Amino acid sequence: MPDALAPPANDALPLQTRSELRFLTCGSVDDGKSTLIGRLISDTSGLHDDQIDALRDDSRRFGTTEDEFDFALLLDGLEAEREQGITIDVAYRFFATPRRAFVVADTPGHQQYTRNMATGASNAELAILLVDARKGLVEQTRRHAAIVSLLGIRHIVLAVNKIDLVDYAEARFREIEAAFAAFATPLGFHSVVAIPLSARRGDNVAAASPRTPWYAGPPLLAHLETVETGLDAAEAPLRFPVQWVNRPNGDFRGFAGTVSSGRVAVGDPVVVAGSGRTSRVARIVSLGGDLPAVSAGRSVTLTLTDEVDLVRGDVIVDPRRRPTVSRRFAADLVWMDDAPVTAGKRFLLKIGTATVPATVARVADTLNVESLRRDPADRLDLNAIGRVEIEVAQPVAFDSYAENRHTGAFILIDRSTLRTAAAGMVSEGFDAARDVHRHAETVTPAARAGLKAQEPVVVWLTGLPGSGKSTIANIVESRLIALGRHTMLLDGDNLRQGLNADLGFDAAARSENVRRVGEVAKLMADAGLIVIVALVSPFQADRTRAAALLPEGRFLEIHVDAPADLCRQRDPKGLYAQADAGKLMNLTGRDQRYEPPQDPALVLRTGELSPEQAADRVVSLVLEKV
Amino acid sequence: MSPPAAAQAPKITPSGDAVRRSSLSPHLQRLEDEAIHILREVVAEYRKPVMLYSVGKDSSVMLHLALKAFYPAPPPFPFLHIASGWDFQAVLRHRDRIAAAYGLDLLVHSNEAAARAGVNPFDTETGEYSRLMLTEALKDALDLHGFDAAFGGGRRDEEKARAKERIFSLRASGHVWDPRNQRPELWRLFNTRLSPGDTMRVFPLSNWTELDVWTYIQAESIPIVPLYLAAERMVVERDGALIAVDDERMRFQEGENTVKRRVRFRTLGCWPLTGAIASAATDVRGVIAELLDARSSERQGRLVDAASQASMERKKREGYF
Repeated sequence: MPDALAPPANDALPLQTRSELRFLTCGSVDDGKSTLIGRLISDTSGLHDDQIDALRDDSRRFGTTEDEFDFALLLDGLEAEREQGITIDVAYRFFATPRRAFVVADTPGHQQYTRNMATGASNAELAILLVDARKGLVEQTRRHAAIVSLLGIRHIVLAVNKIDLVDYAEARFREIEAAFAAFATPLGFHSVVAIPLSARRGDNVAAASPRTPWYAGPPLLAHLETVETGLDAAEAPLRFPVQWVNRPNGDFRGFAGTVSSGRVAVGDPVVVAGSGRTSRVARIVSLGGDLPAVSAGRSVTLTLTDEVDLVRGDVIVDPRRRPTVSRRFAADLVWMDDAPVTAGKRFLLKIGTATVPATVARVADTLNVESLRRDPADRLDLNAIGRVEIEVAQPVAFDSYAENRHTGAFILIDRSTLRTAAAGMVSEGFDAARDVHRHAETVTPAARAGLKAQEPVVVWLTGLPGSGKSTIANIVESRLIALGRHTMLLDGDNLRQGLNADLGFDAAARSENVRRVGEVAKLMADAGLIVIVALVSPFQADRTRAAALLPEGRFLEIHVDAPADLCRQRDPKGLYAQADAGKLMNLTGRDQRYEPPQDPALVLRTGELSPEQAADRVVSLVLEKV
Repeated sequence: MSPPAAAQAPKITPSGDAVRRSSLSPHLQRLEDEAIHILREVVAEYRKPVMLYSVGKDSSVMLHLALKAFYPAPPPFPFLHIASGWDFQAVLRHRDRIAAAYGLDLLVHSNEAAARAGVNPFDTETGEYSRLMLTEALKDALDLHGFDAAFGGGRRDEEKARAKERIFSLRASGHVWDPRNQRPELWRLFNTRLSPGDTMRVFPLSNWTELDVWTYIQAESIPIVPLYLAAERMVVERDGALIAVDDERMRFQEGENTVKRRVRFRTLGCWPLTGAIASAATDVRGVIAELLDARSSERQGRLVDAASQASMERKKREGYF
């Protein structure tokens, strides 16, 4: 064997027990975040001679302090920022002591950069909140504390910086400490340690300062080295999102992924959250040889004792403590896109390893991070935080974010720009679907459809009252039956006499009406039928939501389009006449707005086409699909 | 079908594994798990990924992680080496030996037109040389094969511009990086989506430091190019750097002489542009000991970087890794 391939000697290694802590620093502009990180790096000997030379050079050219070293310049990485003298992004920094390696996310203090702070916080176990001892708590401090709490950080250091500039006054420090304690009580932190320090002078950073004899606690570095943060994930129930199916040959089928939480051992019974299929863990495969058990954080490959057909996005879980599997849940969003979000907007949602189409079904409120009060709202703007209801096209497995930081977290991706539009956290105790676990179905929708020798499809006719939907729908169904197809007609008015008899006609009731019809149509399609829906369904968001229930291309949104005065003139059910007489409220097209489809599969202009001609067009389209 | 030969590491015995597995500190274990997660995410989500393989220590770690991530399957992507024509001979030997030992699908690409036009590290301005022989060659190779995602071994501790780059770093058409238009990266939920013409650069070692790389190499017994270890080498002292004379193309300046020195390299670039450091570290353990005691940062030996404070950021905007 050539020397270069010979492995180096492998006896006792240095740093054998070194652990890791990831934390973020946040604070207002000029509170000294970058200086503090620079100081920590420098005091742990992380700074090299050539970096010190570069820093001295930089400090002369760009420095904002009178010191020889402006530690902040170590961190401002990008040319544009350097010219402006501000940090505009999240920067990651590294330093280590023999006990621990640290990854620091440095995040900006500007209010408009909430998204960067949420980003840094999402992977941190602890947050250092900087406060200028002269200024005390400011709006930014409260805002940042609220955001880190929302993102599940449970350990806080309140760094009361620039203590030298208040003459190391204990009274000032205690005042700030007490003010923060009062504010932070509802935020649910497990530990808050307040430390008086001076990043610029090094007091209580790496070593206890003789100038604060009244402070008995640890200096910052000693606290960071010893704080315990990571116990929750290992104790939580098993969650293993399947990331990639490893099939190198016919004999091996492994499920590669990272254990999100809990522990898994060979022989453990497991269940697939979505399908309800059960099995046992056969092997935990690794290059160095099989492992007996692994816990949260480990990236491994599992094999199961049964032939279970799993795909990326499935979640292998503890059968006794299962996640919720649902298409609807409530969540808090940190809105990160320039374009605001309102109800009905569609996205891609990535949770665990699953990516599914999703709709923000409702915006409920925004969180005022100053007062921690929730105010009703119907939209979220850039950097807003608020509660929404999410509806996804296929059921997904999740826990609440409070219970599990990995399986309760998701991102929303804008479908056109592909930007990451929001960070999402599933709320606790808001979903009716909790503890309803899907039973594995033996007969699949494909099998039902196969027996009927057709591909199910939903034909959704939307349009103003009197535009001709019901007439066309009836002709379409008759023709399809004549062609030997299996069909079902769902007519809005008929359904309102039974399933939807409890609903009125205001906007909320109309949404619910459409939601129910969409669900019924989906069930009928799963039964293998061609479903024809004739329903005013005035709002795009509701129709989009119905479309999302079905696989891509199986929902045909058809606009039955007639001029409003023609509909009124036809008035087949006398609705317009009644409304004019004041006997009927909320008539679409008269009192309520109608939103035409943005991207219809077909537009039928019934002012120009006969009902038979219109039906012909629908039937041709359906036949292409089935 | 038997398990692919490529997945079998050449010198690993079962007893060695037991030692090796227990030898990762919690910190290195976390870095390894994170990197494997990233590697798998790319393979699951992209049509045609590639791993940039510079043969250096970071590439060697990435390769090792890839062998682990997809075991018992071989890494399901090719490995691309951008050869400048001024690569250390030992690097090329190591590359070919490793590719053969693991059965890698190895692609080698060079900017031959520029080489023919006479571009070389002595006459061409260093920034321009680097742009033509490395950046342009890389972009050209990525376009030629139509790769939609490329792994690079970049680490955030290397340089300030890297510290702010994402793990999944979007490149618009022409491979340009826009530091002001980066996607927020939350939890382990990487937004991997691409618009037509976009590609992704992916850095599984983002959160590793130079020391982490070396302690991992030691713990996992990863083969490395011998140039990383100290040996007697013929060098020329130039502008405070020690330049090893790797072949007969060396151009000496007035008054320069080769001297024999005990040196090693911290990074391996084009040999006329890569400074060696005096060292007595003849094994990885020795390198780690010297690193714990180091007084200069890793990229100091790279003449390419010294040109400008912000040279890395500029190079990255142009499409460099």
